[in-house]
Amino acid sequence: MNAPTKGSHGDALKWVGRAIRRLEDPALVTGQGHFTADLAATHWVRFVRSPNAAGTIGNIKAPDGALVITAADLKAVKKITPMLHKFEYKAVGQPILAEDVVRFVGEAVAAVVASSEEEAEDIADLVELNIDASMPLVDSRDALANGAPQIHIEAPGNVIVKGTVKTPGFDGVWASAAKVVKIDARSHRQNATPMEARAAHAAYDRTNGRVTLTCTTQMPHLMRTAIADLLGMRESDLRVIAPDVGGGFGQKMSLCSEYVLLVWLARKLKSTVAWTEDRRENLIASFHSRDQYVTLEGAFDKDAKLLALRADVVSNVGAYSCFPTTCGVEPLMAMAEMPGPYDVRHYQCLARGVLTNTCTMAAYRGVSRPIITFTIERLMDKAAKAFALDPVDIRRRNLIDKFPYTSATGLVYDEATYKETLDMAVHEIGVPAFRARQKEARARGRYLGIGFATFSERTGYGSPAFAARGMAITPGWETVHVSVDPSGYVEARIGSSPHGQGLRTTLAQIIADELGIPPDLIKVIHGDTDTAPYGWGTFASRSLVISGGATLIAARKVRAKLVKIASHMLEAAENDIVLEGGHAKVAGTDRTVSIASMAREIYTQAHRFKGELEPGLNESGTYDPPGTFSNACHVAIVDLDPDTGFVKVERYLVAEDAGRIINPMIADGQVHGGVAQGIGNALLEEIVYDGDGGILTANLADYMPPTAHEMPNIELHHIETPSTQSITKAKGLGEGGTIGAPAAVLNAINDALTPFNVEIDIIPATPQRIRAVLREAEQAKKKIA
Amino acid sequence: MKPAPFVRHVPRTLQQALAMLSQLAGQDGRILAGGQSLVPIMAFRLAKPAHLIDINEIAGLDRLDSDGTALTIGARVRHAAFHGPAVDNPLAALLSYVARHIAHYPIRMRGTFCGSLAHADPASEWCLTAATLGATMIAKSQRGEREIAAADFFEGIMSTALAEDELLAEVRLPLLAADAKFGFNEFSRRAGDFAMASSLVTYRVADGKISEARIGVGGAESSPRRIEEAESALNGQPPGDPAFRAAALAASDAVDPLEDHQTNAEYRRDLVRAVVRRALEHSLT
Repeated sequence: MNAPTKGSHGDALKWVGRAIRRLEDPALVTGQGHFTADLAATHWVRFVRSPNAAGTIGNIKAPDGALVITAADLKAVKKITPMLHKFEYKAVGQPILAEDVVRFVGEAVAAVVASSEEEAEDIADLVELNIDASMPLVDSRDALANGAPQIHIEAPGNVIVKGTVKTPGFDGVWASAAKVVKIDARSHRQNATPMEARAAHAAYDRTNGRVTLTCTTQMPHLMRTAIADLLGMRESDLRVIAPDVGGGFGQKMSLCSEYVLLVWLARKLKSTVAWTEDRRENLIASFHSRDQYVTLEGAFDKDAKLLALRADVVSNVGAYSCFPTTCGVEPLMAMAEMPGPYDVRHYQCLARGVLTNTCTMAAYRGVSRPIITFTIERLMDKAAKAFALDPVDIRRRNLIDKFPYTSATGLVYDEATYKETLDMAVHEIGVPAFRARQKEARARGRYLGIGFATFSERTGYGSPAFAARGMAITPGWETVHVSVDPSGYVEARIGSSPHGQGLRTTLAQIIADELGIPPDLIKVIHGDTDTAPYGWGTFASRSLVISGGATLIAARKVRAKLVKIASHMLEAAENDIVLEGGHAKVAGTDRTVSIASMAREIYTQAHRFKGELEPGLNESGTYDPPGTFSNACHVAIVDLDPDTGFVKVERYLVAEDAGRIINPMIADGQVHGGVAQGIGNALLEEIVYDGDGGILTANLADYMPPTAHEMPNIELHHIETPSTQSITKAKGLGEGGTIGAPAAVLNAINDALTPFNVEIDIIPATPQRIRAVLREAEQAKKKIA
Repeated sequence: MKPAPFVRHVPRTLQQALAMLSQLAGQDGRILAGGQSLVPIMAFRLAKPAHLIDINEIAGLDRLDSDGTALTIGARVRHAAFHGPAVDNPLAALLSYVARHIAHYPIRMRGTFCGSLAHADPASEWCLTAATLGATMIAKSQRGEREIAAADFFEGIMSTALAEDELLAEVRLPLLAADAKFGFNEFSRRAGDFAMASSLVTYRVADGKISEARIGVGGAESSPRRIEEAESALNGQPPGDPAFRAAALAASDAVDPLEDHQTNAEYRRDLVRAVVRRALEHSLT
């Protein structure tokens, strides 16, 4: 353990703000982690998945003697039916196994149960589904066309959710504009691709009828609530454990029908049943995201000040709605946050979620914001061109710089540093030197480009923010129990469910400063509904802010009690007690008592405190904040090969502000990982459907996450603006890397393309797509010649 | 993602292997060498061989030697054997440079040269090498032994002239002239991925003019092959940009492009033009 340093307030030793090594890593890097697929089971499941995107299920034929479950066996199980009470949302149900019809390639139609994974897969090969296929709807624009087939009878026109907003006086302001600039942006479909695909293990306990579901999830408590509801069980009869989880990125914050089936099977067979998803299943049948068309227009006055924005968002949500967020998660996020970091008083938006015969959409790191940031940042660069301004200059004219700021959609932005991070990034990247190098390179037939992305990242929002969406299930708050055992060892039981974020370390740092003990004496316990308090899990860049806040509240209560115990034991005034180095001290004296002695005293000699203090040292904190905005400016420099369309990201720089940083190393890691995914989104990753609704990218050779080879070095610069909306002063930062990168990379590509007078507004900007626009330029040149 | 059931056989001699192949080929028997293509395909159940004849224990199949005119490469020789110089001839530098473009290091430690040829992926670097340099394939079976010229060996995507009971026991690559120039270039979106187009070129220069040009293109058609139109554009010209551009354009016009979701015909031609020109430029470095 690294030694603490003197803190910023007073002479207390501080752990917060130090880049201590992660407490979770020794086990993980030595192969001692516990993952769902490590567990042994009596029965293994293989799902038989639909090869057709649309059609009617005929007679399902299973080999003699095989145990094969179909929808006919599940009549008593409710359908997964997420609900929003706003935005013209249409409730549609998803059966646990496809019933009568299939709606996407990869939908689970039957479940084979056998004694090993191999045997289950062998039997699954022999199951005949006999699907009478019909023409599917793959593209959301086809699904919106008049006369398109209905994917769910409850959603006419295939529109499942529709949000609209228009500020008063919009039309007049729009008419007064000096210039209107427009972008038609397209984001293709992507998969979050966690390293560990989905897995579940359900064990029935014959002594009490309980089932323990161990599964790879970001929200164990909500899994329990949802599955108990669907199966008609008491929640107390179901225990859900999220052991070590190999990445989630949002894909594991929705309920999977497969997990429901596992619990049902464990109860039916009174046995232990397991399923480990393979990569192909993950790519075709786990949740997808980012399949959107966004048209955005900006009305500017003569000084290039943004007066109004008009947006049309069409989000392809796939075949069903995800639980608990609903498929509103993408279109409604786009609608609420489209203006981003810019001061714009007028806004009109139509945002629709459209059902298609494709895999169901759910959250993926950034949720819509990678797309809307890419869209509005491209719009800003186009506007700069239209006004003959520098891209940096037009941003300076429009970024929010007075706080708190209430947006056109009613969001309240707390203090941030939009202009300061832009200035910092411009300075650090060295724009004039780059422009000189770019000019010199062009003369040699090489095309470099620079791209900026400024954005806000709404993080750590509690239940009021979620309630604004009208969610039937409204997440938001978190609870933490902090206890000191009679030996003086501290445990924090948290409702969040970290899966790589390093929360065991950062929360321990927060507690360490309150109690005056080192973080390695503090154990953060999570991911088990039997031992952790009810909580919402880890997603939406929320855990450090909300669970961190609850941790601080609980730790302060423990601290207050320790001070009282010390006051009693040392016969000193509470105001004179200082907690540090594992002891309580009377300031200015040599009188001390260890935390261990105090803990032992309050448990084993509680009678001495009768009438003054309750026995034991267990305190609880709950936190439900309004939300806080992080911000950053990303800069990409790319080298574009005009012959092949290949783009190499040569340099990448991030200037970011996430409020108070608890652990700088962990914060930097979040940015690094996010940027890697964002660059993948910008250049490489795409789920491709053919016209029949089949997936052409069902392995990691065809679906291309970036590898270390494709990653540039990422240069990080920080500003710390302590949040007034978060009691730890920290803001969230889990998604920013992914949010900024597509915009920065696409702006850089388009800067490189400037001499050719063509543009590309599609992610991923693949080499083929870049060559296609360059070929247009070549043909236009030929015509002129 | 578990393979369908299969039986693995481990012959100790070539004769045993050929006997097994003769017996099992008709029952979906396949040779297992490095397994870097076959095993993933089996995991996806795209291939379900009932029998695997594992040749990794057979002595003598690992020969890698030269008789002064050709380099003989046995069926067990791994890609990594070419990381360093495999023969005292300019061919060694060519093979070493090409080998570094094959997938990733762990795959090169296991996958085999002959296995790549027998698998006949259109994007394979070794298939391109064999086609460009005019390799001779030595096919053995219980029926005997025969030689197959590279030009007759590749019959299409993952399809060769090997009969089902034949093992590709050895490949002979002709040595290069002492003054031969070579160049190689391939395009892929990520490091180590299958090439979307690749080119290998060799030639000599006499009196300032190119002769004996060989221009091979891989990853663009169903099999790699030499492109005569491009070679004609090069022979007799001085090495340099005008001739290289003309040859690249000729190659791009001559190919019958494969298409897939990330590469339409136009784009594949773009890539062929780029890789041929860059392979030729590489020959000057």
